[in-house]
Order: sequence, then structure tokens, then C-alpha cells
Amino acid sequence: MPVWMGVPRLDPVLLVLLVLVIFFGLLVLYSASGKDLEMVYRQSVRLGVGIVAMLAISQVPPHTLRIWTPWLYVIGIIMLLATWALGVGRGTQRWLDLGLIRFQPSELMKLAVPMMVAWYLHARVLPPALKAVMVALLILLVPTLLIARQPDLGTALLVAASGVFTLYLAGLRWRVLLGLGAVMAAAMPVLWLIMKEYQRDRVRTFLNPEADPLGHGWNIIQSKIAVGSGGLSGKGWLQGTQSNLEFIPERHTDFILAVLSEEFGLIGVMGLMLVYILLIARGLHIASNARDTGSRLLAGSLSLTLFVYVLVNGGMVSGVLPVVGVALPLISYGGTSAVTLLIGFGVLMSIHGHRKFIR
Amino acid sequence: MIGRSDTRSIKDSREERRLFEHRARTGLAFVIVFLLALVGRYVWLQVIAYENFSTRSESNRVNVRPLVPNRGLIYDRRGRVIAENRPAYRLEIVPEKVPGKTDGLDALLDELSTLVELNEDVRRSFHKTRRHYQMFDSVPVKFNLSEQEVARFAVNRHRFAGADVVSYLSRSYPYGELLTHVLGYVGRVDEHDIARLDKGNYRGTRTIGKIGVERYREKILHGTSGFERVESNVRGRVVRVLERRGAIAGTDLVLSIDVAVQQAAWDALGERPGSVVAIDPADGSIIALVSKPAYNPNDFVSGISQRAYKAILDTPYRPLFNRALMGTYGPGSTLKPFIGLAGLELEVVSPQTRMFSSGTFYIEGFSRPYHDWKDGGHGWVTMKTALEQSVNTYFYQLALDLGIDRMHAYLSQFGFGSITGVDMTGEGEGLLPSREWKQNSHGEPWYPGETVIAGIGQGFNLVTPLQLANAVATLVNGGKRHAPRLLYAAKKAGDERAERTNAPIAFEVPVKDTRAWQTVLSGMDRVVNGPLGTAKEVAVNTRYRVGGKTGTAQVYMLDQDATVTDEEVAQHLRDHALFVAFAPVNVPRIAIAVVVEHGGAGSKVAAPVARATLDAWLDQELTP
Repeated sequence: MPVWMGVPRLDPVLLVLLVLVIFFGLLVLYSASGKDLEMVYRQSVRLGVGIVAMLAISQVPPHTLRIWTPWLYVIGIIMLLATWALGVGRGTQRWLDLGLIRFQPSELMKLAVPMMVAWYLHARVLPPALKAVMVALLILLVPTLLIARQPDLGTALLVAASGVFTLYLAGLRWRVLLGLGAVMAAAMPVLWLIMKEYQRDRVRTFLNPEADPLGHGWNIIQSKIAVGSGGLSGKGWLQGTQSNLEFIPERHTDFILAVLSEEFGLIGVMGLMLVYILLIARGLHIASNARDTGSRLLAGSLSLTLFVYVLVNGGMVSGVLPVVGVALPLISYGGTSAVTLLIGFGVLMSIHGHRKFIR
Repeated sequence: MIGRSDTRSIKDSREERRLFEHRARTGLAFVIVFLLALVGRYVWLQVIAYENFSTRSESNRVNVRPLVPNRGLIYDRRGRVIAENRPAYRLEIVPEKVPGKTDGLDALLDELSTLVELNEDVRRSFHKTRRHYQMFDSVPVKFNLSEQEVARFAVNRHRFAGADVVSYLSRSYPYGELLTHVLGYVGRVDEHDIARLDKGNYRGTRTIGKIGVERYREKILHGTSGFERVESNVRGRVVRVLERRGAIAGTDLVLSIDVAVQQAAWDALGERPGSVVAIDPADGSIIALVSKPAYNPNDFVSGISQRAYKAILDTPYRPLFNRALMGTYGPGSTLKPFIGLAGLELEVVSPQTRMFSSGTFYIEGFSRPYHDWKDGGHGWVTMKTALEQSVNTYFYQLALDLGIDRMHAYLSQFGFGSITGVDMTGEGEGLLPSREWKQNSHGEPWYPGETVIAGIGQGFNLVTPLQLANAVATLVNGGKRHAPRLLYAAKKAGDERAERTNAPIAFEVPVKDTRAWQTVLSGMDRVVNGPLGTAKEVAVNTRYRVGGKTGTAQVYMLDQDATVTDEEVAQHLRDHALFVAFAPVNVPRIAIAVVVEHGGAGSKVAAPVARATLDAWLDQELTP
């Protein structure tokens, strides 16, 4: 067990990969924000908060986290119900105003759902029995539906995915999985591809009611132009015209990958994908070495959820998936999702720090 | 496992871990496959379709904007600015950028009308013009916004996608209605204009010369458009200029009009409808061209409202009608000098030929009487005294002796019956009757009685004030007939000084006997200066000597024998008063024609108008 800076429970591999992504992200954000140092600074502060939270969580033993889990889940559900009643937000009800801070309960559920499903399956015989599967599905469906009605399909998708991944890693039988998969396919690109154009338009509006009203598809068209015109090696940092001239909408948040693609080209995209794959692989490795079933499932689920972020965001920016509000992990501007992700990595590090020592 | 209930109470942690590791490995494989597929999508966009997207990115970035040339300024002959450009703001909409179709545009206009006054007229003409522009063109909605409107819009600009306030130079006519019938005005480019103009050069131009000099000289006044290739952001704000070819401003024009003379003639006409045209006989340049009533051209520049336009249409005596150019009047006795000259030059009479005026004239073998204006007649007269007193009998006889064919041929040399060729559009031809014309238009032969009344400028004869003034100018400068010109000089963009432009010579009337011409001119001199002259009041207190001729154009045919004074006839049925003049007699510097509609006898109202005009010109010209 490495002793590094006096903090015993850190995984240097994860840490290095995270620093790489964060550094690259701030670089792209500087360009995407139109050289707004203020914005880069604010994001740095949030990431700093996230890293502190990550380090703090990494010191909490997994079984302590497990004791918190049901409380966290119940509190999350209560807050989701509260947003229903008194939520604030632009046309949606995602935010809960807690006086000092505005809080998005759905973000909490990104962690609470896989934790709760892992908590539940921890004590069960695996692969899970039918009753256990039903309970686990109930655990993930309740918050998913509450989030979907806000409406926030991106987060609902991520929450559902994290729960399903937990079940998958618990050894849920393939045919049950395929059945679940068929249900999820309803919101997936397979269906998208066989739709008629006018249906797609409807779905677009349905999926993202906040869509830019200036002509449907403007976002996607401009984003694709940005990506495509980046070419193999990109236009160079700060040289993206689609980005600098503000043709890419939401260019520092959900569409920041378009800026990255325009300025750093295919090479930049592949480099980023490689880092994400390494992060996921490292996460799964940590999971495999976890001390107990619950930790194993949780670590695995958190790692695989990162994949959903990347796939959905990457697909949306390149125009193969509908526009749903899923951020590019640790790169998109915005505090809540970055902090959630970093806390998730903190959980991974805690599990890593308390792994079994003998295989 | 599901279904095997006998073994499920025991947790086999080694088996569970083995199962997890298997699932994790499969999961990672899935992750890699899917992310590789995603990368494949980026390969397609960034490598295979690169050219396409690169081009589209470039066309996003780069815009070509037209640079509108500054319209040439217009000066009068003394250097006064009579048409200028003033900075102004207009509201424009790019339909393509407005969400929704026509509904969207109407909704936008509704929204905008809370900040900028947009009445039905403005909306209607916007919708009308918009059809002739491309969807991505900026279509003008309202010109000449007030400062408050500009300020209100600026604060709320972000609310209106597709709408913007654009600064431009607005045409302005400081002398208003005084020069309307000379300058005309510019107005919004409409569908008719779009059909005829050079689209490339008018890409950014939103107004065009509609009538008058503004229309006739549109080509040189407009200038040449430039363009600018700019990099602009998604909101169209220019980030930097990549390439630029500046516009070439239009040519500045100097008109031969003298505003002071124009003003004097305008004021002298008072409230009466009428026209004054003054020409410098030496070069055919037009010194004054007044048509009254007129209207304010500035109202038309920004698009006139239906109501204001209707008000103009409802004004009595048709302010829109350019009398100087298009108004046709019976010339009356103002035609006598030309008929007299025909008689002398064609040797039908000599300066010494005497005739007796008894007050009534008969064609041999006919009983119809033709009257002199003076009861009992004028007694024995010669050419000079016949002109001085405007003796009808002399010209009845002369006309009969000349015959209609010779009269027509000779008078047409002075430009009667055809356009003068002035540099304006819409000029009237007037009418110089002939045997052939009568046959064609009436299907009847020419009667001798028609020759008789043609001899005093009555009957079918019609002239425009411009024609009449130009004929007088031709008479006083020895037969040289110019196509009269308003354009005096032009200064191209970049040139140091204006270049003089000359009126072309349309025709030169042959001079057989200079004594004949002198006789007629001295007859006209006697009209003003002779003891029995019909326009003696003109000569009072002049610094120069004036020659002239009075005339009366009949509006309503009174019974031949009825004696009615002007006061007894309703205003609109009274005769038109005419007066032609030139001065100074020895070296004429100005030739003038005055028509005062329903003014009665020429000497009473038209001659003083001529006098005021001559004064305004000659007081300047004769002061060293």
C-alpha cells in the first residue's frame, strides 16, 4: 500500500488519469468560454471542491459508506418528491433551493442508486433470485421515474444505467438482461434509426424541450460542422472558428466535446477516449479486487456508468444520438456533475484502499 | 441461481467473485467496442467528410457584405446644397433568421411595435417588398427612426432575433417643396425598381431615385457598391475584416437652377397654380423651373403613409403634377412673335406691311366674325405695332396668307409640338396642329377658320411652359435651339473640381434675314416699352430693358359675342394668363415663360411674376 503525501488510501493510477482529464478539460474550457479566465477559475474552484470531497470520501471505509446508504437513498427520494412540489429551474423542476445553495437531488441519486442496489444485493445470494431482482428494479425505477418526469432524461438514463449495471455485475442472467435491454431500447439509437424524420423531430422536442427554437437541428448541425471541420489534427487550441464565433450552442457545457474536436481534431478525440477507457478499466480492476460483494458491485457500477456519460455525450455531439443533457465527464462546465463524479471516484479509491490483501 | 431454490441460502463468495470478474471483463469489452464505434463516427466526420464540413465551417465564418456608396450631393448653380445625405437609422428584418414563417414575422412585428411605431402602411409595404428579396437578405421595415425608437430598440435588441437597427444616410431636401418638381425624390426600392436595376450594384441600396433629377441621373448619383468579406460571429457581429473593396461614391451634381430665382418665381406666383420656366439662352441651362402647387419631397423619402398621400391627392390643382414639364396650355398670343417671324422670313409680309384693324375680321366669303380684343380695333398697324398691341386682325390675315402647312413647318423648328429633350423624363409634347394631324386624329380636313385662330395661338395649339421658354430662348439667340439642361456640372468621386456639362444643340433655325428677327424682337420690346404696349407695367423701375409678349389661353369657350369680365367668371373657368419675356433686350441673359392658371389676362398677373423672376436673376448677373 503506497504511502503518498501521507494520504494512504489513494490510487495513483486513477489520480494521474483524473488529473490528465481535468487539465485537458480546463484547457478546452478556456477556449470554449472565449478566453474567459473567470469561468476557468470558477470551474477550477468547483473541481477543487470535488477533489477535496473525493479525498475525504476515499478515507471513509466502504462498510461505513454502506451504513449511510439507505439513509442517503431515502433522503434522495424525499428530495426528489420535494422538487415535484417546489422545484425551480428553467421550464423544468430539477433544482431544490436550499437557501444558500441550489441543489439538484437527481445528482445525489447518481450515487445513491448504485449504492442502494449494491447494498441490497450485498447480503443476497448471487446471481440474484427473481425476488431480489424485482426489489432491485424497484429501487432503481422509483428515482428514475421521478427524475424522468422533471423532465431530465439524461440523468434518468444515467441513474437507470447505474442500477442496471449493478444487477449485470451481480450476475443477472443474460436473458433477463436482454429483456431489460429491450425495454431500455425504447429510448436508444436503434429505435432512432428506424424512425421517420417528422417522428425524430417530435422526439427531439420531447427529449429536450429547452431546445434552441431557432430552427430544429441547429445545435446538431453546427456541432457536426465543428467536429468535421476539425479534421485529423484540429484547427489548433483557441483557433476553432465554430467555437470562437459562437456557432456551437452550449459550447462550454454539453457541447464542449465539439470544441475539443474542432481544435484538437481526431487525435484529440482518440486521446480523450483512451483516457476514459483507461479510467473505466482501472475502475473495473479496483472492483475485481474489492474486499466484499457490495463494494465490488458498487465500484463496477460506478466505472461502467462513466461509459454511459461518454457514449451519450459523444453520440449527441456527433449527431448519432438525440440531444439529451448529459455532460462530458470532468470536462463540461458546471459544478454539480463534476463534484458527483469526483465523489464517485472517491468511493472507488476508498474501495481500493480497503481492498483485500490476499487474492 | 434463479430456479435453484435448494442452494440459494448459502453465499459462495469465491463463485461470486469469479462471476463478477467474468462480467467485468465482458463489460469492458463492451465498453471498448462501443467507444471504438463512437470513434468510428468521429473518423467519418473528421476524415472522410472533412472537406464538406470544412467548407461549411468556412461559409459560416465568412460573410460578404455590400458597402453602399454615398449618393452624390446636388447643388444649385451658386453652390447651395439642394439634396444632401443625413445620418439616420432604419429598422431591418432578415426573414430567414426569424423563427416561424409569416406568423413568426407578424409576431415579431407585433413585438417590435411596442418599441417602434409600426402602422399598417409600414407593415403592408414591408410584406410587399420582402417578396422581392432573398430570405437571407435584410429587408427594410421602417426608415428614419426617431432617437427614442433607436434607444428603445438598442436596450431590447436581444429579444428580437432577425431584427436590427442599421445606420444609413438618408436623403434630405433642405428646400422642400420649392424644388420638388426639379429634383424629384428618392424612395424605398420597390418591386418595379427591382425588376429594372442592376441587382449586383444595388445589393445594399434601399432607396432609389423615383422621379425628377433623382431618377433621371440615378445611375451617376448612386455610385458603385463595394463589398467587404468579414468574419462574423453567429449573431452577425463583425469580428474582423478579411478583404475590402470600398464603395465609390456617386457623382456630385451641380444643377443650373438658381435657388434665389426659383424662390422669387415661387413667391411671385403666390397661391395661384402655375408655372415658371427660365432659361439662359446662351447655353440652354435652366435657371428656374417652378410648378405650383408642389409637395414636400422629404415625406416620400422614408415611405409616405397612405393618409398623407391621400391628403396630397385631395389637394386642389394636383400638386403631384409637374406643370412646367407636362402641363399643356394654349399658347395664345405668346405664339404671335413666332408667326410674325414666319411671315417675315418666308416673305409673306415685310416689316413695313400695313394692315387695318377694324375690330372684326372675316374670311372672304364667310360670315363668321373673328374679333380683336379691343372694341373698334387698332386701326393701321405694322408688324411691330401689331405685336406691341397684340392685334389679332394682323395675325388672322398673316396666318391665312401663310397657310397652315407653312406655319406648321416653320414653327416646328422652334420645338413646338415635340419634346425639348430636357434631361428629365415625362416631358409633354404639346401640339402643333397640321393638316395631316387633323386628318389622323379627327378624320376631318383642315378648315380655313382653324388657320385663322391658329394665327393667334388659339384652337388646337398646345405648349408646355418649358417648350415656350425654350422657343423664346431660341428666338432671342438667333435660332440656336438647345435641348435645355438642368445638369450644369458634375463632380465625380475623387475629382478635384466639377466638370461643366453643356446643353446639346437640338436644332438651328436658319436665319435668312436678320432684319426679320430684329423686327420681331423690337416688336416684343414695344410690348413692354412701347406707348401702347400690353405689358407696360413690367418696365417700371427696371435696371435693364425687357422684351416680352402677353398671352391668354382660353379655358372655357365663351359665346363669341358675349362680353364678360374676368370677375364674373368662376375661378376655375377663367382663362390662363401667359407671359413670355427676355432681358436685357440687347444681349439677352434670360428667357422666360410664365403660366398662371385661371389668371385671366396675361399682362395683369403673369407679367409681374416674370418681372420678379427677371429681377432675381439679373440683379445678380448684371452686378459686376
